[in-house]
Amino acid sequence: MSSESENILKKIWQEAVQIGRPLRFMELCGTHSQTIAANGLKSLMPRNIKLIAGPGCPVCVTDQSDVDVMVGLALGGIPIAVYGDAVNVPGNIMSLEQARQKGADVNIVYSVEEAMRLKNSNPGLVFFGLGFETTAPMTAWAVKNGLVVYSAHKIFPPAMAVLMANKKIKVNGFINPGHVSAIIGTEIYKKFKIPQVIAGFEGLDILRAINLLLEQILSGKAEVSNEYTRVVRKNGNAKAQKLIEDVFEIGDAKWRGLGLIKKSGLKIRKKYQKQDAEFIYKDLIKKIKAEIKSKPSACQCGRVLQGMIEPRECPLFGKICTPDNPQGACMVSVEGSCNIEYRYGKK
Amino acid sequence: MCLAIPGKIIEIKKNQQATADFNGIEKEINISLVEVKKGDYVIVHAGFAIEKIGKADAESIKSLIK
Repeated sequence: MSSESENILKKIWQEAVQIGRPLRFMELCGTHSQTIAANGLKSLMPRNIKLIAGPGCPVCVTDQSDVDVMVGLALGGIPIAVYGDAVNVPGNIMSLEQARQKGADVNIVYSVEEAMRLKNSNPGLVFFGLGFETTAPMTAWAVKNGLVVYSAHKIFPPAMAVLMANKKIKVNGFINPGHVSAIIGTEIYKKFKIPQVIAGFEGLDILRAINLLLEQILSGKAEVSNEYTRVVRKNGNAKAQKLIEDVFEIGDAKWRGLGLIKKSGLKIRKKYQKQDAEFIYKDLIKKIKAEIKSKPSACQCGRVLQGMIEPRECPLFGKICTPDNPQGACMVSVEGSCNIEYRYGKK
Repeated sequence: MCLAIPGKIIEIKKNQQATADFNGIEKEINISLVEVKKGDYVIVHAGFAIEKIGKADAESIKSLIK
């Protein structure tokens, strides 16, 4: 451990003693959860500080019904391109990977540009657009350049509002996502009256963020600190915001586990409807949606995503639900809380 | 999903493309979300530069990754 980390950790312990009462800090980015686990940060915390993961993994919060639509399109003979993180996410019927095994044309891509190249040999290709403000500008760019997209994109701040309104979730401070904030900036978070720190992705960044949260609590403040100044600017990335605004309009969206959140989704604007799979295949999608039957499952992904329970408190964890046989999205993505706990937790 | 890495722009190409150097590995990236010139450092996510960063910051992130 570097001497800077040691110094910050020392400060964290002193401040925690000074505050005394139990504190719960929620990290809002899956990559933060990964950093916390990989560096064993939970075990370094004073007893009264608990770090809990929030709904910050975009793959995990993608709703079953969106996966069902993509699976339905794929099985209907339409070629699909999807980010690798999302291909194993189960819908109500199956995942896109399972559809691929049944002969559907499902292609994993690393970027929308790869999807654009695939489109040349697969003219009917549909890209499964998902993610928060970090990936939305890339999808917007691709739509403007002719890619056909089914958008399950979401914006992050409305989910924070839902978490804060839920009295069952006790959080004393948020560690806000780094690269989402690179796009949207720092000002938008000011409406949330709770200590918040925008953080980078190294172990040291997270320690600094925890220290800043404790300093705010000690001085009775509830503001937005920016620890990730090397990337995040006050007003964010204006070019990226403009692209999102041009291509998408805000609509309601379903989040896995959190349910319908008003004005939290990005839908393709009418002027780009020739690139909107929801418009092009509206009859087929209507038919797919009519046939969806919610599969009853004991999967607790929704409560895990809100920090209401720990992954191990789910009855399926490690028994029938493992990374090789995931029952819910939290076990699929390497940034999902259950997947992380399975890999890094005490065996 | 939000992992991003720093790179140095070594050549600006047409159609908002550029070649970036990632610790010795050269890769094509899309620069339509940023204003950059040759020699600038950027942070890259899913094939797109999402923000320009300072040289010192890029070096410190790189040393952490190593």
